[in-house]
Amino acid sequence: MRVFTELARRPLALIGLLTVGLVVFGALFAPWIAHYSPDDQLTNGLSLDGAPLPPSRAFLLGTDTLGRDLFARLLFGARTSLTIGLVANGTSVVIGLVVGLLAGYLRGWIGSLLMRFTDLMMAFPALLLAIALAALLKPSLWIVALVIALVNWVQVARIVYTETRGLVERDFILAERSLGAGNFRIIVFHILPHLLPTAIVWGTLGIATTVLLEATLSFLGIGVQPPQPSWGNIIFESQSYFQDAPWLVFIPGAVILATALSFNLIGDALRDILDPTQRGRG
Amino acid sequence: MVLFLARRVGQAALILLGVAAITFVLLYCLPADPAVLIAGRSANPQIVAAIRHELGLDQPLILQFLHYLYGLLHGDFGRSYTEKTEVLPLILARLPATLILMAAGIFVEVVLGLTFGVVAAVLRDGPIDRVIMMLSFVGVSSPQFVVALLLLYVFAATLGWFPMSGFGTPANVVLPAVTLGVLGAGWYARMVRSAMIEVLRQDYVRTAHAKGLRVSRVVMRHALPNAILPIIAMIGIDIGQFMGGVVVVEAVYGWPGIGQLAWQAIQQVDVPIIMGVTLVSALAIVIGNLAADFIAPFVDPRIRAQ
Repeated sequence: MRVFTELARRPLALIGLLTVGLVVFGALFAPWIAHYSPDDQLTNGLSLDGAPLPPSRAFLLGTDTLGRDLFARLLFGARTSLTIGLVANGTSVVIGLVVGLLAGYLRGWIGSLLMRFTDLMMAFPALLLAIALAALLKPSLWIVALVIALVNWVQVARIVYTETRGLVERDFILAERSLGAGNFRIIVFHILPHLLPTAIVWGTLGIATTVLLEATLSFLGIGVQPPQPSWGNIIFESQSYFQDAPWLVFIPGAVILATALSFNLIGDALRDILDPTQRGRG
Repeated sequence: MVLFLARRVGQAALILLGVAAITFVLLYCLPADPAVLIAGRSANPQIVAAIRHELGLDQPLILQFLHYLYGLLHGDFGRSYTEKTEVLPLILARLPATLILMAAGIFVEVVLGLTFGVVAAVLRDGPIDRVIMMLSFVGVSSPQFVVALLLLYVFAATLGWFPMSGFGTPANVVLPAVTLGVLGAGWYARMVRSAMIEVLRQDYVRTAHAKGLRVSRVVMRHALPNAILPIIAMIGIDIGQFMGGVVVVEAVYGWPGIGQLAWQAIQQVDVPIIMGVTLVSALAIVIGNLAADFIAPFVDPRIRAQ
Protein backbone atom coordinates (compact mmCIF):
# COMPACT_ATOMS: atom_id res chain seq x y z
CA MET A 1 0.00 0.00 0.00
CA ARG A 2 2.82 2.35 0.92
CA VAL A 3 4.25 1.68 -2.47
CA PHE A 4 1.07 2.80 -4.15
CA THR A 5 0.82 6.09 -2.27
CA GLU A 6 4.50 6.71 -3.00
CA LEU A 7 3.89 5.97 -6.67
CA ALA A 8 0.89 8.28 -6.80
CA ARG A 9 3.00 11.08 -5.36
CA ARG A 10 5.36 11.05 -8.36
CA PRO A 11 3.81 12.85 -11.30
CA LEU A 12 5.56 10.79 -13.98
CA ALA A 13 4.69 7.49 -12.36
CA LEU A 14 1.12 8.68 -11.87
CA ILE A 15 0.83 9.48 -15.58
CA GLY A 16 2.20 6.03 -16.28
CA LEU A 17 -0.29 4.37 -13.93
CA LEU A 18 -3.21 6.24 -15.46
CA THR A 19 -2.15 5.35 -19.00
CA VAL A 20 -1.70 1.70 -18.14
CA GLY A 21 -5.05 1.77 -16.35
CA LEU A 22 -6.67 3.21 -19.45
CA VAL A 23 -5.12 0.58 -21.73
CA VAL A 24 -6.10 -2.27 -19.39
CA PHE A 25 -9.62 -0.87 -19.12
CA GLY A 26 -9.83 -0.65 -22.92
CA ALA A 27 -8.60 -4.21 -23.31
CA LEU A 28 -10.98 -5.63 -20.69
CA PHE A 29 -14.08 -3.84 -21.91
CA ALA A 30 -13.22 -3.78 -25.61
CA PRO A 31 -16.51 -5.36 -26.80
CA TRP A 32 -18.54 -2.75 -24.94
CA ILE A 33 -16.41 0.28 -25.87
CA ALA A 34 -15.99 -0.37 -29.58
CA HIS A 35 -18.91 0.43 -31.87
CA TYR A 36 -17.79 -2.12 -34.43
CA SER A 37 -16.39 -5.60 -34.39
CA PRO A 38 -12.62 -5.58 -35.06
CA ASP A 39 -13.00 -8.05 -37.95
CA ASP A 40 -15.96 -6.42 -39.70
CA GLN A 41 -15.06 -5.13 -43.14
CA LEU A 42 -17.53 -2.28 -43.13
CA THR A 43 -19.18 -1.30 -46.39
CA ASN A 44 -18.99 2.35 -45.41
CA GLY A 45 -15.45 1.85 -44.10
CA LEU A 46 -13.74 2.63 -47.39
CA SER A 47 -13.90 5.69 -49.61
CA LEU A 48 -15.51 5.43 -53.05
CA ASP A 49 -12.21 4.53 -54.66
CA GLY A 50 -11.45 1.94 -51.99
CA ALA A 51 -9.03 3.90 -49.81
CA PRO A 52 -9.08 3.76 -46.00
CA LEU A 53 -10.88 6.62 -44.24
CA PRO A 54 -9.09 9.12 -41.99
CA PRO A 55 -10.35 9.71 -38.43
CA SER A 56 -13.86 11.13 -38.45
CA ARG A 57 -17.01 11.27 -36.34
CA ALA A 58 -18.16 7.86 -37.58
CA PHE A 59 -14.74 6.23 -37.20
CA LEU A 60 -12.93 7.76 -34.26
CA LEU A 61 -9.45 6.76 -35.47
CA GLY A 62 -10.30 6.06 -39.10
CA THR A 63 -10.44 2.73 -40.89
CA ASP A 64 -7.78 0.39 -42.26
CA THR A 65 -7.16 -0.81 -45.79
CA LEU A 66 -9.87 -3.47 -45.48
CA GLY A 67 -12.43 -1.00 -44.15
CA ARG A 68 -12.20 -2.17 -40.55
CA ASP A 69 -12.54 0.26 -37.65
CA LEU A 70 -9.05 1.09 -36.37
CA PHE A 71 -10.29 1.99 -32.87
CA ALA A 72 -11.93 -1.41 -32.47
CA ARG A 73 -8.81 -3.17 -33.75
CA LEU A 74 -6.62 -1.23 -31.34
CA LEU A 75 -8.86 -2.12 -28.39
CA PHE A 76 -8.88 -5.82 -29.24
CA GLY A 77 -5.20 -5.61 -30.18
CA ALA A 78 -4.55 -4.38 -26.63
CA ARG A 79 -5.83 -7.75 -25.40
CA THR A 80 -3.29 -9.61 -27.53
CA SER A 81 -0.39 -7.31 -26.81
CA LEU A 82 -1.00 -7.11 -23.06
CA THR A 83 -1.52 -10.88 -22.78
CA ILE A 84 1.80 -11.50 -24.49
CA GLY A 85 3.42 -8.80 -22.39
CA LEU A 86 2.23 -10.35 -19.14
CA VAL A 87 2.72 -14.01 -20.03
CA ALA A 88 6.10 -13.61 -21.72
CA ASN A 89 7.47 -11.32 -19.10
CA GLY A 90 6.05 -13.33 -16.20
CA THR A 91 7.76 -16.40 -17.61
CA SER A 92 11.08 -14.68 -18.10
CA VAL A 93 11.04 -13.23 -14.58
CA VAL A 94 10.35 -16.71 -13.18
CA ILE A 95 13.13 -18.29 -15.26
CA GLY A 96 15.47 -15.46 -14.30
CA LEU A 97 14.60 -15.84 -10.60
CA VAL A 98 15.13 -19.61 -10.60
CA VAL A 99 18.40 -19.53 -12.54
CA GLY A 100 19.83 -16.53 -10.68
CA LEU A 101 18.78 -17.84 -7.28
CA LEU A 102 20.12 -21.34 -7.80
CA ALA A 103 23.38 -20.05 -9.28
CA GLY A 104 23.86 -17.56 -6.46
CA TYR A 105 22.87 -19.95 -3.68
CA LEU A 106 24.46 -23.19 -4.79
CA ARG A 107 27.67 -21.78 -6.30
CA GLY A 108 29.93 -24.78 -6.88
CA TRP A 109 29.91 -26.30 -10.33
CA ILE A 110 26.14 -26.06 -10.77
CA GLY A 111 26.28 -22.37 -9.96
CA SER A 112 29.14 -21.62 -12.32
CA LEU A 113 27.58 -23.76 -15.04
CA LEU A 114 24.36 -21.77 -14.77
CA MET A 115 26.20 -18.47 -14.85
CA ARG A 116 28.37 -19.48 -17.81
CA PHE A 117 25.16 -20.36 -19.60
CA THR A 118 23.78 -16.94 -18.73
CA ASP A 119 26.96 -15.31 -20.07
CA LEU A 120 26.52 -17.31 -23.22
CA MET A 121 22.97 -16.07 -23.63
CA MET A 122 24.28 -12.51 -23.22
CA ALA A 123 26.39 -13.01 -26.33
CA PHE A 124 23.37 -14.19 -28.29
CA PRO A 125 21.95 -11.71 -30.77
CA ALA A 126 18.60 -11.94 -28.94
CA LEU A 127 16.33 -10.22 -31.41
CA LEU A 128 17.86 -12.13 -34.31
CA LEU A 129 17.26 -15.38 -32.46
CA ALA A 130 13.70 -14.40 -31.61
CA ILE A 131 13.04 -13.50 -35.24
CA ALA A 132 14.46 -16.79 -36.49
CA LEU A 133 12.54 -18.87 -33.94
CA ALA A 134 9.27 -17.04 -34.41
CA ALA A 135 9.52 -17.29 -38.18
CA LEU A 136 10.31 -20.98 -38.23
CA LEU A 137 7.81 -22.03 -35.55
CA LYS A 138 4.58 -21.01 -37.32
CA PRO A 139 3.75 -18.28 -34.84
CA SER A 140 0.74 -18.12 -32.57
CA LEU A 141 0.15 -15.91 -29.57
CA TRP A 142 1.70 -18.46 -27.19
CA ILE A 143 4.70 -19.22 -29.38
CA VAL A 144 5.45 -15.51 -29.60
CA ALA A 145 5.20 -15.21 -25.80
CA LEU A 146 7.46 -18.23 -25.36
CA VAL A 147 10.08 -16.96 -27.79
CA ILE A 148 10.17 -13.60 -26.07
CA ALA A 149 10.49 -15.23 -22.66
CA LEU A 150 13.36 -17.40 -23.92
CA VAL A 151 15.47 -14.43 -24.95
CA ASN A 152 14.49 -12.07 -22.14
CA TRP A 153 15.24 -13.85 -18.86
CA VAL A 154 18.98 -13.29 -18.94
CA GLN A 155 19.11 -9.83 -17.40
CA VAL A 156 16.87 -10.82 -14.50
CA ALA A 157 19.04 -13.88 -13.86
CA ARG A 158 22.19 -11.78 -13.65
CA ILE A 159 20.72 -9.28 -11.23
CA VAL A 160 19.13 -11.96 -9.05
CA TYR A 161 22.44 -13.82 -9.02
CA THR A 162 24.34 -10.80 -7.75
CA GLU A 163 21.74 -10.07 -5.10
CA THR A 164 21.53 -13.67 -3.93
CA ARG A 165 25.30 -13.87 -3.54
CA GLY A 166 25.16 -10.80 -1.35
CA LEU A 167 22.27 -12.18 0.70
CA VAL A 168 23.89 -15.56 1.32
CA GLU A 169 26.78 -13.84 3.10
CA ARG A 170 24.49 -11.99 5.50
CA ASP A 171 24.34 -12.87 9.18
CA PHE A 172 20.64 -13.64 9.32
CA ILE A 173 21.10 -16.46 6.82
CA LEU A 174 23.99 -17.79 8.87
CA ALA A 175 21.84 -17.57 12.00
CA GLU A 176 19.03 -19.38 10.27
CA ARG A 177 21.35 -22.10 9.11
CA SER A 178 22.84 -22.59 12.56
CA LEU A 179 19.29 -23.01 13.85
CA GLY A 180 19.08 -26.00 11.56
CA ALA A 181 17.04 -24.62 8.66
CA GLY A 182 17.39 -26.55 5.43
CA ASN A 183 18.26 -25.09 2.04
CA PHE A 184 14.67 -25.12 0.88
CA ARG A 185 13.46 -23.22 3.91
CA ILE A 186 16.22 -20.64 3.65
CA ILE A 187 15.59 -20.06 -0.04
CA VAL A 188 11.81 -19.83 0.15
CA PHE A 189 11.34 -17.96 3.43
CA HIS A 190 14.48 -15.90 3.75
CA ILE A 191 16.02 -15.21 0.37
CA LEU A 192 13.02 -15.08 -1.92
CA PRO A 193 11.24 -12.31 0.04
CA HIS A 194 14.35 -10.15 -0.29
CA LEU A 195 14.35 -10.67 -4.05
CA LEU A 196 10.73 -9.61 -4.35
CA PRO A 197 11.47 -5.91 -4.96
CA THR A 198 13.83 -6.84 -7.80
CA ALA A 199 11.22 -9.15 -9.26
CA ILE A 200 8.57 -6.44 -9.07
CA VAL A 201 10.80 -3.80 -10.66
CA TRP A 202 11.86 -6.12 -13.49
CA GLY A 203 8.37 -7.46 -13.81
CA THR A 204 7.30 -3.91 -14.64
CA LEU A 205 10.24 -2.72 -16.72
CA GLY A 206 10.22 -6.00 -18.62
CA ILE A 207 6.65 -5.50 -19.81
CA ALA A 208 7.84 -2.47 -21.76
CA THR A 209 10.53 -4.54 -23.47
CA THR A 210 8.11 -7.37 -24.13
CA VAL A 211 5.42 -5.15 -25.62
CA LEU A 212 8.05 -3.62 -27.93
CA LEU A 213 9.41 -7.02 -28.91
CA GLU A 214 5.95 -8.39 -29.67
CA ALA A 215 5.22 -5.35 -31.79
CA THR A 216 8.51 -5.81 -33.64
CA LEU A 217 7.88 -9.49 -34.38
CA SER A 218 4.33 -8.80 -35.48
CA PHE A 219 5.51 -5.88 -37.59
CA LEU A 220 7.82 -8.26 -39.46
CA GLY A 221 4.81 -10.51 -40.04
CA ILE A 222 6.12 -13.32 -37.84
CA GLY A 223 4.30 -12.46 -34.62
CA VAL A 224 0.61 -12.75 -33.98
CA GLN A 225 -1.07 -13.57 -37.28
CA PRO A 226 -3.88 -11.46 -38.77
CA PRO A 227 -6.86 -11.32 -38.62
CA GLN A 228 -6.32 -11.54 -34.84
CA PRO A 229 -5.30 -7.95 -34.16
CA SER A 230 -2.16 -7.03 -32.23
CA TRP A 231 -0.60 -3.59 -32.15
CA GLY A 232 2.36 -4.73 -34.21
CA ASN A 233 0.41 -6.53 -36.93
CA ILE A 234 -1.98 -3.59 -37.38
CA ILE A 235 1.10 -1.65 -38.51
CA PHE A 236 2.40 -4.65 -40.47
CA GLU A 237 -0.82 -4.81 -42.48
CA SER A 238 -0.76 -1.15 -43.47
CA GLN A 239 2.93 -0.22 -43.55
CA SER A 240 3.05 0.10 -47.32
CA TYR A 241 0.26 2.70 -47.18
CA PHE A 242 1.97 4.84 -44.57
CA GLN A 243 2.30 7.80 -46.91
CA ASP A 244 -1.37 7.86 -47.90
CA ALA A 245 -2.84 6.70 -44.60
CA PRO A 246 -0.35 7.79 -41.93
CA TRP A 247 -2.92 7.34 -39.14
CA LEU A 248 -2.85 3.58 -39.69
CA VAL A 249 0.81 3.45 -38.74
CA PHE A 250 1.30 6.32 -36.34
CA ILE A 251 -1.76 5.92 -34.11
CA PRO A 252 -0.91 2.30 -33.24
CA GLY A 253 2.73 3.38 -33.02
CA ALA A 254 1.82 6.07 -30.50
CA VAL A 255 -0.20 3.53 -28.49
CA ILE A 256 2.76 1.14 -28.37
CA LEU A 257 5.09 3.98 -27.37
CA ALA A 258 2.70 5.27 -24.69
CA THR A 259 2.28 1.80 -23.18
CA ALA A 260 5.98 0.95 -23.17
CA LEU A 261 6.79 4.42 -21.81
CA SER A 262 4.24 4.05 -19.01
CA PHE A 263 5.61 0.70 -17.87
CA ASN A 264 9.12 2.14 -17.96
CA LEU A 265 8.07 5.17 -15.90
CA ILE A 266 6.30 3.00 -13.32
CA GLY A 267 9.19 0.55 -13.18
CA ASP A 268 11.73 3.31 -12.73
CA ALA A 269 9.69 4.88 -9.92
CA LEU A 270 9.27 1.46 -8.29
CA ARG A 271 13.02 0.94 -8.38
CA ASP A 272 13.45 4.28 -6.65
CA ILE A 273 10.89 3.46 -3.99
CA LEU A 274 11.79 -0.16 -3.33
CA ASP A 275 15.55 0.26 -3.41
CA PRO A 276 16.67 3.51 -1.77
CA THR A 277 20.33 2.78 -2.49
CA GLN A 278 19.59 3.16 -6.19
CA ARG A 279 18.00 6.55 -5.71
CA GLY A 280 19.23 9.13 -8.16
CA ARG A 281 20.91 6.58 -10.38
CA GLY A 282 20.05 5.80 -13.97
CA MET B 1 46.74 -8.00 -16.70
CA VAL B 2 47.98 -10.05 -19.66
CA LEU B 3 46.73 -13.18 -17.93
CA PHE B 4 43.33 -11.59 -17.43
CA LEU B 5 43.07 -10.63 -21.10
CA ALA B 6 44.25 -14.07 -22.20
CA ARG B 7 41.57 -15.68 -20.08
CA ARG B 8 38.96 -13.36 -21.58
CA VAL B 9 39.97 -14.43 -25.08
CA GLY B 10 39.63 -18.06 -24.04
CA GLN B 11 36.18 -17.41 -22.58
CA ALA B 12 35.17 -15.64 -25.75
CA ALA B 13 36.11 -18.68 -27.83
CA LEU B 14 34.07 -20.94 -25.53
CA ILE B 15 31.10 -18.60 -25.75
CA LEU B 16 31.23 -18.70 -29.54
CA LEU B 17 31.30 -22.49 -29.43
CA GLY B 18 28.26 -22.44 -27.15
CA VAL B 19 26.38 -20.05 -29.39
CA ALA B 20 27.12 -22.29 -32.36
CA ALA B 21 25.90 -25.38 -30.50
CA ILE B 22 22.67 -23.83 -29.23
CA THR B 23 21.75 -22.22 -32.54
CA PHE B 24 22.51 -25.45 -34.33
CA VAL B 25 20.33 -27.54 -32.05
CA LEU B 26 17.48 -25.00 -32.08
CA LEU B 27 17.46 -24.67 -35.84
CA TYR B 28 17.66 -28.40 -36.47
CA CYS B 29 14.90 -29.23 -34.00
CA LEU B 30 12.45 -26.93 -35.74
CA PRO B 31 9.49 -28.37 -37.57
CA ALA B 32 10.33 -26.56 -40.80
CA ASP B 33 12.12 -29.05 -43.08
CA PRO B 34 14.50 -27.36 -45.52
CA ALA B 35 14.45 -30.37 -47.82
CA VAL B 36 10.71 -30.07 -48.32
CA LEU B 37 11.09 -26.36 -48.96
CA ILE B 38 13.72 -26.89 -51.61
CA ALA B 39 11.90 -29.73 -53.32
CA GLY B 40 8.56 -27.96 -53.26
CA ARG B 41 5.47 -28.98 -51.31
CA SER B 42 4.24 -31.45 -53.88
CA ALA B 43 7.54 -33.26 -54.49
CA ASN B 44 7.54 -37.01 -53.96
CA PRO B 45 9.17 -38.45 -50.82
CA GLN B 46 12.07 -39.96 -52.76
CA ILE B 47 13.22 -36.62 -54.06
CA VAL B 48 12.90 -35.12 -50.58
CA ALA B 49 14.92 -38.03 -49.18
CA ALA B 50 17.56 -37.56 -51.86
CA ILE B 51 17.85 -33.87 -51.01
CA ARG B 52 18.04 -34.68 -47.31
CA HIS B 53 20.87 -37.07 -48.08
CA GLU B 54 22.65 -34.58 -50.30
CA LEU B 55 22.50 -31.90 -47.57
CA GLY B 56 23.60 -34.40 -44.94
CA LEU B 57 20.37 -33.91 -43.03
CA ASP B 58 19.87 -37.67 -42.64
CA GLN B 59 22.88 -38.00 -40.37
CA PRO B 60 22.65 -37.91 -36.57
CA LEU B 61 22.57 -34.39 -35.08
CA ILE B 62 25.92 -34.74 -33.34
CA LEU B 63 27.67 -35.81 -36.55
CA GLN B 64 26.10 -32.94 -38.44
CA PHE B 65 27.29 -30.55 -35.76
CA LEU B 66 30.85 -31.90 -35.67
CA HIS B 67 30.94 -31.73 -39.43
CA TYR B 68 29.76 -28.12 -39.27
CA LEU B 69 32.35 -27.24 -36.60
CA TYR B 70 35.10 -28.86 -38.65
CA GLY B 71 34.05 -26.68 -41.56
CA LEU B 72 33.97 -23.57 -39.37
CA LEU B 73 37.52 -24.13 -38.20
CA HIS B 74 38.55 -24.15 -41.85
CA GLY B 75 36.62 -20.99 -42.59
CA ASP B 76 33.80 -22.92 -44.24
CA PHE B 77 30.32 -21.82 -43.17
CA GLY B 78 28.60 -24.36 -45.40
CA ARG B 79 26.56 -23.81 -48.53
CA SER B 80 23.31 -21.90 -48.79
CA TYR B 81 20.32 -24.15 -49.50
CA THR B 82 18.67 -21.71 -51.85
CA GLU B 83 21.55 -19.80 -53.45
CA LYS B 84 23.70 -22.91 -53.89
CA THR B 85 26.81 -20.92 -53.05
CA GLU B 86 29.17 -20.64 -50.11
CA VAL B 87 27.68 -18.83 -47.12
CA LEU B 88 30.81 -16.95 -46.09
CA PRO B 89 31.20 -14.89 -49.30
CA LEU B 90 27.48 -14.07 -49.15
CA ILE B 91 27.89 -12.70 -45.63
CA LEU B 92 31.17 -10.95 -46.37
CA ALA B 93 29.62 -9.22 -49.37
CA ARG B 94 26.86 -7.81 -47.16
CA LEU B 95 28.99 -7.07 -44.11
CA PRO B 96 30.44 -3.67 -45.13
CA ALA B 97 26.96 -2.16 -45.54
CA THR B 98 25.97 -3.31 -42.06
CA LEU B 99 29.24 -2.13 -40.54
CA ILE B 100 28.74 1.33 -42.06
CA LEU B 101 25.22 1.41 -40.66
CA MET B 102 26.35 0.24 -37.22
CA ALA B 103 29.23 2.69 -37.05
CA ALA B 104 26.91 5.54 -37.98
CA GLY B 105 24.30 4.32 -35.48
CA ILE B 106 26.83 4.06 -32.65
CA PHE B 107 28.12 7.51 -33.54
CA VAL B 108 24.60 8.95 -33.29
CA GLU B 109 23.86 7.26 -30.01
CA VAL B 110 27.17 8.11 -28.35
CA VAL B 111 27.09 11.74 -29.43
CA LEU B 112 23.45 12.22 -28.39
CA GLY B 113 23.84 10.16 -25.23
CA LEU B 114 27.04 11.89 -24.09
CA THR B 115 25.75 15.39 -24.77
CA PHE B 116 22.40 14.91 -23.11
CA GLY B 117 23.84 12.88 -20.25
CA VAL B 118 26.51 15.44 -19.40
CA VAL B 119 24.11 18.37 -19.66
CA ALA B 120 21.55 16.57 -17.47
CA ALA B 121 24.18 15.74 -14.84
CA VAL B 122 25.52 19.28 -14.67
CA LEU B 123 22.04 20.77 -14.45
CA ARG B 124 20.64 17.94 -12.35
CA ASP B 125 17.21 18.24 -10.78
CA GLY B 126 16.53 21.35 -12.84
CA PRO B 127 13.87 21.61 -15.53
CA ILE B 128 16.31 20.83 -18.37
CA ASP B 129 17.43 17.67 -16.58
CA ARG B 130 13.80 16.59 -16.20
CA VAL B 131 13.09 17.17 -19.87
CA ILE B 132 16.18 15.23 -20.92
CA MET B 133 15.35 12.34 -18.62
CA MET B 134 11.81 12.26 -19.96
CA LEU B 135 13.14 12.29 -23.54
CA SER B 136 15.52 9.47 -22.74
CA PHE B 137 12.56 7.43 -21.51
CA VAL B 138 10.70 8.15 -24.72
CA GLY B 139 13.81 7.06 -26.63
CA VAL B 140 14.11 3.70 -24.91
CA SER B 141 10.35 3.10 -25.19
CA SER B 142 10.08 3.77 -28.92
CA PRO B 143 9.38 0.89 -31.24
CA GLN B 144 12.23 1.04 -33.76
CA PHE B 145 10.08 0.34 -36.80
CA VAL B 146 7.68 3.16 -35.91
CA VAL B 147 10.61 5.56 -35.54
CA ALA B 148 11.85 4.38 -38.93
CA LEU B 149 8.48 4.94 -40.59
CA LEU B 150 8.04 8.30 -38.84
CA LEU B 151 11.44 9.55 -40.01
CA LEU B 152 10.63 8.36 -43.52
CA TYR B 153 7.26 10.08 -43.42
CA VAL B 154 8.56 13.41 -42.15
CA PHE B 155 12.03 13.74 -43.68
CA ALA B 156 11.72 11.69 -46.85
CA ALA B 157 8.10 11.69 -48.01
CA THR B 158 7.01 15.14 -46.75
CA LEU B 159 10.12 17.31 -46.59
CA GLY B 160 12.11 15.39 -49.20
CA TRP B 161 15.42 16.03 -47.42
CA PHE B 162 16.54 12.41 -47.58
CA PRO B 163 15.90 9.54 -49.99
CA MET B 164 13.21 6.98 -49.07
CA SER B 165 15.57 4.05 -49.37
CA GLY B 166 18.68 2.94 -51.12
CA PHE B 167 22.36 2.71 -50.49
CA GLY B 168 25.54 4.34 -51.67
CA THR B 169 25.43 8.05 -50.86
CA PRO B 170 25.98 9.65 -47.44
CA ALA B 171 22.39 10.94 -47.48
CA ASN B 172 21.16 7.34 -47.49
CA VAL B 173 22.76 6.52 -44.19
CA VAL B 174 21.32 9.39 -42.13
CA LEU B 175 17.80 8.14 -41.42
CA PRO B 176 18.73 4.49 -40.75
CA ALA B 177 21.56 5.61 -38.45
CA VAL B 178 19.29 7.95 -36.50
CA THR B 179 16.70 5.18 -36.18
CA LEU B 180 19.31 2.82 -34.78
CA GLY B 181 20.84 5.45 -32.53
CA VAL B 182 17.78 6.98 -30.90
CA LEU B 183 16.95 3.94 -28.79
CA GLY B 184 20.47 3.53 -27.47
CA ALA B 185 20.91 7.26 -26.94
CA GLY B 186 18.25 7.06 -24.23
CA TRP B 187 20.21 4.42 -22.34
CA TYR B 188 23.47 6.28 -22.80
CA ALA B 189 22.05 9.56 -21.57
CA ARG B 190 20.82 7.87 -18.40
CA MET B 191 24.08 6.03 -17.82
CA VAL B 192 26.29 9.03 -18.52
CA ARG B 193 24.14 11.14 -16.23
CA SER B 194 24.39 8.77 -13.27
CA ALA B 195 28.11 8.16 -13.81
CA MET B 196 28.73 11.90 -14.07
CA ILE B 197 26.69 12.70 -10.96
CA GLU B 198 28.80 10.20 -9.04
CA VAL B 199 32.02 11.80 -10.27
CA LEU B 200 30.87 15.40 -9.83
CA ARG B 201 30.34 14.67 -6.12
CA GLN B 202 34.00 13.79 -5.58
CA ASP B 203 36.40 15.96 -3.67
CA TYR B 204 38.82 16.47 -6.55
CA VAL B 205 36.05 18.03 -8.60
CA ARG B 206 35.36 20.44 -5.77
CA THR B 207 39.08 21.21 -5.68
CA ALA B 208 39.05 21.91 -9.39
CA HIS B 209 36.13 24.29 -8.93
CA ALA B 210 37.90 25.91 -5.97
CA LYS B 211 40.99 26.51 -8.11
CA GLY B 212 38.74 28.75 -10.14
CA LEU B 213 38.60 26.62 -13.27
CA ARG B 214 35.77 27.26 -15.65
CA VAL B 215 32.84 24.90 -15.28
CA SER B 216 33.26 23.64 -18.84
CA ARG B 217 36.88 22.72 -18.16
CA VAL B 218 36.07 20.96 -14.90
CA VAL B 219 33.33 18.95 -16.58
CA MET B 220 35.12 18.08 -19.79
CA ARG B 221 38.71 17.59 -18.57
CA HIS B 222 38.31 16.49 -14.96
CA ALA B 223 34.98 14.77 -14.60
CA LEU B 224 34.11 13.24 -17.96
CA PRO B 225 37.19 11.00 -18.37
CA ASN B 226 36.28 9.29 -15.13
CA ALA B 227 32.73 8.69 -16.25
CA ILE B 228 33.69 7.34 -19.66
CA LEU B 229 34.51 3.76 -18.62
CA PRO B 230 30.96 2.40 -18.20
CA ILE B 231 30.16 3.90 -21.60
CA ILE B 232 32.96 1.99 -23.29
CA ALA B 233 31.79 -1.21 -21.61
CA MET B 234 28.30 -0.47 -22.80
CA ILE B 235 29.26 -0.06 -26.44
CA GLY B 236 30.49 -3.64 -26.30
CA ILE B 237 27.16 -4.90 -24.99
CA ASP B 238 25.32 -2.64 -27.35
CA ILE B 239 26.60 -4.32 -30.46
CA GLY B 240 24.34 -7.21 -29.55
CA GLN B 241 21.30 -4.96 -29.48
CA PHE B 242 22.37 -3.50 -32.78
CA MET B 243 22.68 -6.83 -34.54
CA GLY B 244 19.00 -7.45 -33.85
CA GLY B 245 18.03 -3.89 -34.62
CA VAL B 246 19.66 -3.99 -38.04
CA VAL B 247 17.23 -6.67 -39.17
CA VAL B 248 14.31 -4.29 -38.58
CA VAL B 249 16.05 -1.16 -39.80
CA GLU B 250 17.48 -2.83 -42.90
CA ALA B 251 14.05 -4.29 -43.68
CA VAL B 252 12.33 -0.89 -43.50
CA TYR B 253 15.00 1.08 -45.35
CA GLY B 254 15.91 -1.60 -47.85
CA TRP B 255 19.51 -1.48 -46.66
CA PRO B 256 21.53 -4.28 -48.30
CA GLY B 257 23.30 -5.58 -45.20
CA ILE B 258 23.45 -8.87 -43.31
CA GLY B 259 20.20 -8.06 -41.50
CA GLN B 260 18.37 -8.21 -44.81
CA LEU B 261 20.29 -11.34 -45.76
CA ALA B 262 19.22 -12.97 -42.49
CA TRP B 263 15.64 -11.88 -42.97
CA GLN B 264 15.46 -13.40 -46.45
CA ALA B 265 17.16 -16.57 -45.22
CA ILE B 266 14.72 -16.89 -42.31
CA GLN B 267 11.78 -16.69 -44.67
CA GLN B 268 13.27 -19.42 -46.85
CA VAL B 269 14.48 -21.61 -43.96
CA ASP B 270 17.98 -21.31 -45.36
CA VAL B 271 19.57 -22.71 -42.20
CA PRO B 272 23.27 -22.31 -43.14
CA ILE B 273 22.80 -18.59 -43.76
CA ILE B 274 20.85 -18.13 -40.51
CA MET B 275 23.60 -20.00 -38.67
CA GLY B 276 26.26 -17.93 -40.39
CA VAL B 277 24.67 -14.58 -39.62
CA THR B 278 23.99 -15.60 -36.00
CA LEU B 279 27.61 -16.63 -35.57
CA VAL B 280 28.95 -13.48 -37.20
CA SER B 281 26.66 -11.44 -34.92
CA ALA B 282 27.81 -13.36 -31.86
CA LEU B 283 31.39 -12.84 -33.00
CA ALA B 284 30.71 -9.11 -33.28
CA ILE B 285 29.26 -9.09 -29.75
CA VAL B 286 32.19 -11.04 -28.34
CA ILE B 287 34.71 -8.83 -30.13
CA GLY B 288 32.84 -5.76 -28.86
CA ASN B 289 33.09 -6.97 -25.28
CA LEU B 290 36.71 -7.99 -25.69
CA ALA B 291 37.57 -4.64 -27.24
CA ALA B 292 36.01 -2.94 -24.22
CA ASP B 293 38.23 -5.07 -21.96
CA PHE B 294 41.33 -4.26 -23.98
CA ILE B 295 40.63 -0.55 -24.23
CA ALA B 296 39.76 -0.11 -20.55
CA PRO B 297 43.36 -0.18 -19.27
CA PHE B 298 44.38 2.49 -21.76
CA VAL B 299 41.57 4.77 -20.71
CA ASP B 300 41.76 4.12 -17.00
CA PRO B 301 45.24 3.92 -15.41
CA ARG B 302 43.69 2.41 -12.27
CA ILE B 303 42.91 -0.81 -14.17
CA ARG B 304 46.41 -0.88 -15.65
CA ALA B 305 47.85 -0.83 -12.14
CA GLN B 306 45.94 -3.92 -11.05
